[in-house]
Amino acid sequence: MTGAPARALAVAARLRELGILVALGLVVLAVTLLSPSFLHLDNLGQVLLSVSLVAIAAAGQTIVVLTRNVDLSVGSMVGLVAFVTGDLLKQHALGVPEAVLAGCVLGLGLGAVNGAIVTIGRVPAIVATLGTLNVYRGLDFFVAGGKEVSAYDLPRAYLGIATSAVAGIPVLIVAAAVIAAAVAFVLRSTRPGRALYAIGSNPAAADAVGIPSQRLVFAAFAASGLLCGVAGVLWGSRFGTVNAFAASGLELEVIAAVVVGGVNIFGGSGTVFGAMLGALLLGTIDNALTLLRLSQFWLQAIDGVVILLAVGADATIRGSLQRALRARSGRR
Amino acid sequence: MSAALRPLLRRRETLLVVLLALFVALGSALSPYFFDAQNFSDLADDLMEKAIMALPLALIIIAGEIDLSVESMLGLSSALLGLSFGLGLPLWAGIPLVLLVGALGGLLNGLLVTWARLPSLVVTLGTLALYRGLAYVVLGPRAVSHWPAAFNAFGFGDVPGTLVPWPLLVFAALAIVFAFVLHRTWIGRQLYATGKSQEAARFAGVRVARLKTMLFVLSGVLAALAGVILTARLASARADNGQGFVLDVVTAVLLGGVNIFGGEGTIAGVVLAVFVIGVLRNALTLADVAPDAQSTAVGALLIVSVAGPNVVGRIRAAWRNREVWT
Repeated sequence: MTGAPARALAVAARLRELGILVALGLVVLAVTLLSPSFLHLDNLGQVLLSVSLVAIAAAGQTIVVLTRNVDLSVGSMVGLVAFVTGDLLKQHALGVPEAVLAGCVLGLGLGAVNGAIVTIGRVPAIVATLGTLNVYRGLDFFVAGGKEVSAYDLPRAYLGIATSAVAGIPVLIVAAAVIAAAVAFVLRSTRPGRALYAIGSNPAAADAVGIPSQRLVFAAFAASGLLCGVAGVLWGSRFGTVNAFAASGLELEVIAAVVVGGVNIFGGSGTVFGAMLGALLLGTIDNALTLLRLSQFWLQAIDGVVILLAVGADATIRGSLQRALRARSGRR
Repeated sequence: MSAALRPLLRRRETLLVVLLALFVALGSALSPYFFDAQNFSDLADDLMEKAIMALPLALIIIAGEIDLSVESMLGLSSALLGLSFGLGLPLWAGIPLVLLVGALGGLLNGLLVTWARLPSLVVTLGTLALYRGLAYVVLGPRAVSHWPAAFNAFGFGDVPGTLVPWPLLVFAALAIVFAFVLHRTWIGRQLYATGKSQEAARFAGVRVARLKTMLFVLSGVLAALAGVILTARLASARADNGQGFVLDVVTAVLLGGVNIFGGEGTIAGVVLAVFVIGVLRNALTLADVAPDAQSTAVGALLIVSVAGPNVVGRIRAAWRNREVWT
């Protein structure tokens, strides 16, 4: 697609992100009016800290969703990596850098298994990752066997990762920002990145022009696994206490962030920047409920409504864009 | 192998019967308490909420959509029943009320999918969060117990003189109706047609939007019914009832041979798959494997059941090509 339609699509994508920014601005404004302490630097830092882990996993999820697939297993991957990393340190089996590396490699391996099931086994992604969501969580239970790793068992150097800061900014936030920027660069400016969009927007055409779809889809799942590995390592460092339930249900938050951020669930369009904004919007709402002393019970219900609104907005924008394009080509 | 046997062996149902026999043998080997009428009765009882939700989900997936929100509708139904009963509303009024709420929840899903044309995967992911959230808003962290004896008897008890649990009777009746409608009526044929090609079905005169909306309503009502049954069986209404059920429900439908992309599947396959999962979980429970660790086996079963035939097919195709080349 070239010329006017391509420009119109680019404008629409930017409009979509602008929309989330406006929504985010409105939420921030409303919460600040009701509870001025929201804008305190401490609180804003808290929001970013709690969003950062979701954001790292959401960057990986974006890669997968762009290819017209989905990774439902993220919560279990993060949980399993967090526990195994913590347990390795507890048993003094490895030093901190080695254990961190082992956690990331484990995540990569779990993601590669997902990728292999989808590409070699030809299992639809939603089925494959629903399966591994449970397989990985079950493995977590086998490994943990009812035990938990607590902060007392962990070396200070590991716990320090989450609390340390670079130029005054907590490492978790820096890590999320760097990862998001790197993924955004790959998706936007490299050949494999553009190929991922092509696979998602028209798989048959992508095959026809010689894009190695299977290999790239495999790589997308592996990347999602790797980023979940990173998130898992940081999870253990941030919370200190890890049991077999750690990060369960995280997949819903991650997919919600991606969908709210305007990444098309049928692949082919969306940006990491959007997904980050989506994670930020949901995290801000979460924080606002706490500040306004509203019951946390409302949180899930509000998350559900936000997902429905976001996907509804997507459909509206896309529909009016298509009508506009059709009207223009009709005039010619 | 005779030619007459070949199609029978290729059927998904045959594979499931073999799996069922295998897991029954496994259960008997693992525990002396497994092969026992009372255990089979309890095993069936444990499955019924998931089994009831699997029936409409099978139709929805055959028609090319999905409904992930059923487990949350179950929770919302349980919470509402608890709230209304706690406020003094008798059950003969409370149960129809929650079934109505189930219908409305299903209608919302259906309209968002058909009228607003949103993808059902995202819509029902949204309502999965929404309905569970509403369940907590309705009941909070409380549990409502102290139900009337007759209600508990429905949940715990068996049909007098037999070991058949009441919920199993409900499921059996529903399964027969679903099998008849799907395999013997024009509604079933329209469902398959819609799942194979929505456009072609529309041109052939199928009212696709109305059909799909009705399916989501049906799914909501039966999820609410499952909520009533689970409340009776646990003698406890809680907002988190049924959390995590969607895995077993979706697994049962797909293991039963329903194609995730629509257009294929049978009720017999789904019913068999429900019992395959149930027997596997029960055997593992008797072998002291915790429920969450059992999920490893269920998840692996799901993947292997879909990947297995694909991989075997590819190996067979490669083998055939080799013969051509030599």
